[in-house]
Amino acid sequence: MTGNIAILGYGLSAIGPGIGIGLIFAAYINGVARQPEAKSMLQTIAFTGFALAEALALFGLVFMFVFKS
Amino acid sequence: MSVLLAARADSFEAPGVHDFWQPLIGDGAYALTRPSVVMAISVVLIIAFLTVLARRLTVVPGKAQFLAESAYGLVRNSVARDIIGSKEFLKFVPFLFTLFTVLLVNNLFGVIPFIQFPTTSRIAFPIALTILVYIVYQTVSFRRKGVVGYMKSLVPPGLPGWILPLMWPLEFITYFITRPVTLALRLFGNMFAGHLLLLVFTLGGEYLLLHSTTPNKAAGALSFLFTIVMSFFEVLVEFLQAYIFTLLAALYLAGAVSDEH
Repeated sequence: MTGNIAILGYGLSAIGPGIGIGLIFAAYINGVARQPEAKSMLQTIAFTGFALAEALALFGLVFMFVFKS
Repeated sequence: MSVLLAARADSFEAPGVHDFWQPLIGDGAYALTRPSVVMAISVVLIIAFLTVLARRLTVVPGKAQFLAESAYGLVRNSVARDIIGSKEFLKFVPFLFTLFTVLLVNNLFGVIPFIQFPTTSRIAFPIALTILVYIVYQTVSFRRKGVVGYMKSLVPPGLPGWILPLMWPLEFITYFITRPVTLALRLFGNMFAGHLLLLVFTLGGEYLLLHSTTPNKAAGALSFLFTIVMSFFEVLVEFLQAYIFTLLAALYLAGAVSDEH
């Protein structure tokens, strides 16, 4: 089996953001279910948090390409 | 293309970064590439669509007008007004709307037949757009608060003095380095990874279906089925990334125009 260990590193780096994004949207769904009229406000907050958590996974993706060579 | 197919025939070659480098005329740093042509097409399309539409606005919107109005409404109301605040959001709406439409059309080009290349999967395009956002929000910050005021506003007021040497450099790095880098990388990473995923399923399916033994052909068919499913997922991601890019640009602008941290 051939491959690059950097890709494994990317897989590991995606675990944290995956859990984080799951928690963010769980909280968002909870919030909307409890208070549907707050949806638009919560949506902005949820997507901001989602974007911030996702940044970590993207760093993993980029560093994978950096360290691959 | 036939050379490519022939080369792929004897052994499966996984798609990679090289598949995104598609020069049409010339080669090297000054080549006219496929994404730049797609970008030019998208700009012409957006300008033509919106100007023709704006010329004949009707009270009862037609399909096209409804589409444009809902995109504009999304940017104006749920992005600009809700984040920047109702006092000064209006002057940033044209900028944000331009960003949103350009990104949306360019991202959606990733799944539109015959074009099928999300421009933003080449890192130069996200970087160029991010530089635009960066210049705008830094200029607004400096003009609103002045150099000293801006540097002071990086940390929230009322912090104990001993924590400032720790906090301030971190916030400085966030405002001046992390924000633009993540803004560009998020868009690039999502578009690149998404398109690569489609490539893997399509090329893998093609290889399994045409160049392998019979039992593997079923897996090839499954792979093609998955391409269709993932294409729908890609449409969602492409829209979401255009939205998030605009949202974050608005968020940074909101930080620039607000008085406190």
